[in-house]
Amino acid sequence: MTQPRDFGFSEEIQMLKRDVQRFLEERQPITGLRASLAGTEDPHRGNVRGGWFDREAWAAMQELGWHLLAVPESAGGVGMGLVAAAAVQEEIGRAACPTPLTSTLQATFVLREAGAETALAKIAAGTSMSLALYSQDGSLEAEDTEVVADGDRLTGTAWFVQDAQKSDGFIVAARAAGGVGLYYVDASAVTVAPDRIVDLTRDQGCIELKGAVAEVIAAPGSAGDVLARALPALLTLVAADIAGAAEWQLQTTAEYAKVREQFDRPIGFFQAVKHPIVNMMIAADETRSLMYNAAAAYDHDPADALRCARLAKSSASDTAEFCANRSTQLHGGIGFTWEADVQIWHKRQMHSQFLFGDGAWQRARLAEQF
Amino acid sequence: MSEATQLREQEEFREYCRRWLEENRPAPPSTTLPQAAYEVTYEDHRNYLVDWQAKCYEAGLIATDVAREYGGHGHRNFQAIASAEVRRANVPYFLNWIGLGMTAPTLLVHGTEEQKKRFLPPIFTAAEIWCQGFSEPGAGSDLVSLQTSAVKDGDNWIINGSKVWTSLGALASWMLLLARTDKNDKYNGITYFMAPMDQPGVTVRPIHKMTGECGFNEVFLENVIIPDHLRVDAVGAGWKVAMSTLTSERGAAAGVGAVASSESPMGAIHQLIELAKRTRRNGRAVWDDPVWRDRIMKIYERTEAAVQNGRRARISSLNGGAMRIPLQGKVVGSEIGQEMHQIALGVLGQRSSLYVHDKHAEEDGRWALGYMNTYTGTISGGSSEIQRNILGERVLGLPKTK
Repeated sequence: MTQPRDFGFSEEIQMLKRDVQRFLEERQPITGLRASLAGTEDPHRGNVRGGWFDREAWAAMQELGWHLLAVPESAGGVGMGLVAAAAVQEEIGRAACPTPLTSTLQATFVLREAGAETALAKIAAGTSMSLALYSQDGSLEAEDTEVVADGDRLTGTAWFVQDAQKSDGFIVAARAAGGVGLYYVDASAVTVAPDRIVDLTRDQGCIELKGAVAEVIAAPGSAGDVLARALPALLTLVAADIAGAAEWQLQTTAEYAKVREQFDRPIGFFQAVKHPIVNMMIAADETRSLMYNAAAAYDHDPADALRCARLAKSSASDTAEFCANRSTQLHGGIGFTWEADVQIWHKRQMHSQFLFGDGAWQRARLAEQF
Repeated sequence: MSEATQLREQEEFREYCRRWLEENRPAPPSTTLPQAAYEVTYEDHRNYLVDWQAKCYEAGLIATDVAREYGGHGHRNFQAIASAEVRRANVPYFLNWIGLGMTAPTLLVHGTEEQKKRFLPPIFTAAEIWCQGFSEPGAGSDLVSLQTSAVKDGDNWIINGSKVWTSLGALASWMLLLARTDKNDKYNGITYFMAPMDQPGVTVRPIHKMTGECGFNEVFLENVIIPDHLRVDAVGAGWKVAMSTLTSERGAAAGVGAVASSESPMGAIHQLIELAKRTRRNGRAVWDDPVWRDRIMKIYERTEAAVQNGRRARISSLNGGAMRIPLQGKVVGSEIGQEMHQIALGVLGQRSSLYVHDKHAEEDGRWALGYMNTYTGTISGGSSEIQRNILGERVLGLPKTK
């Protein structure tokens, strides 16, 4: 199969992307986020942050149908592909928006690969979901799960669960007699232990299960295959978030370089400032193109999807690190403060850089194909 | 024409190009060609490459989208396909890359009817080879400070000055010439000419590059006479015209089919991987060393990104502005190529010291030679530093450095 030349970016998806961008510009999620963070600045005081998100915005997003755009029509969704989902995620990254939509889109692609119509129907009905797949040492391999299944009861701990405090339910990898399977667990059946994390726009935590009631999503023994098929989508979605955030960092830093004056000139006049900003653009554009390619491959050329997704995440992780680094450095002293918005995007990028494997990890896996 | 019809015709044309290139691939010349068109120096290579370009033109792979009245083939949206297939087929490059890549796009925008009809057809067939007379000893990156003068004398212009880094200077019959017509107006005092090379007062001297090859030349112009009808656009409009020529050089325009190098970047990546697999150090393939793997995969990733950038550049809703991606092409492509060669030398280790014609050299020293030649890409046609100024100023709106 071959990909469409335009990345499958239909008129409909272009409109969707513009709508999401406009919506988030109006909502300004960072304003609400900042209010929720007041008094929690000092990490030495050990403040746990609340996993704040704009609940009205989430309700509005659901009214607009963004939570179900990648849910198949058979389960009550819109039935669009990863190109559409990645376009939405790119805008969420640009706005650094805390929202359960991020993890729900990821969960959607795992459920699609599992053919889990019932759980997909839950998403369509408004349930937010997150993946609870990591072991304590950060492995995403199904075989490394620390959760055990006994019939429909799960016991153990899943680590590094994204949007842990925002989600209504979780997709958990658990070992049963027949091998590792995937299960749906309602948030009310587990204990969420929030992590103290660097990124202010996300929340993360451990899911502790003690005989939690679960529904089977993927039969014991099949979790590895399902996750392997979904992995390109997960990598691409994070790359999309990074691409959007990197574009924000680029534009914000370029604007600052036009207005901030030193030595009687806007600092963007100086090549020591100008050239690194151009390098941010080059990095952001490489990531964005590879990300669209990966999304189109997942939708239209599955045999090539993993290669394309690893290329995209490899680029994205390095772009996240580079653009975050330059955005703070080129803002000078103000960029180093809590008040500066660049710190918020910087930390989101730090988080995304390592989520589902950093650049070096992706490249090591890519090399194995040759 | 419906979109479906257009797509079908494009696919048919692609098939045609592929088949033609397969069936007409020329036998290699008796001595090895240089790595790229801008290094061609010798007559036998010239003749071989002129024949090849003429044949490709006859087959419709060059000037594919140019109107018939100017010697083109009159198609729409076919050139990109033809050029992609030429690159893919790994056939010889087109010698007249300056004519195709710079003169033709410039004349199509700025030329008179007479100029287009007179000059375009022999560019396409390589009957007339072109070189470029922009840079001067004192005007490189700061091109606008050029001093070569053009003084009006009746219907003629008298040219005095010198040009440097002139690729194909020894083989060319025409030069794209920038000359100063007003000493008091830096930007509006430059005029653009087409200068015949075969006339009194023109002296071409080869310059040997660090590779030892003599791909470029200095050109001295002493009381050279150019009739006014060889002026391109208005007197004083030369800087504006030159910027459009350089934009073509930087890959912005699909052009009329210039392919200056026969190797695709992705092809080179695969050769680099093979090199790392067969090169052994301390009893192990270099490819098994994770440090080298990571560097090779990073440059592979960036090469694929450049390909995907090209794809995205054609989609207006996704490219962030018409010039944003095209203006990155030159700086990014040349820097990727350079790093790729640096990696290859690292993979070879001590063996990278062996150069062209050493009997133990890997692939006749192509990686060391190629590495040194990558500076052509990072310096000529506006160095990477100048490219970053242009990108910062034109795309991001940062204050002008100058």
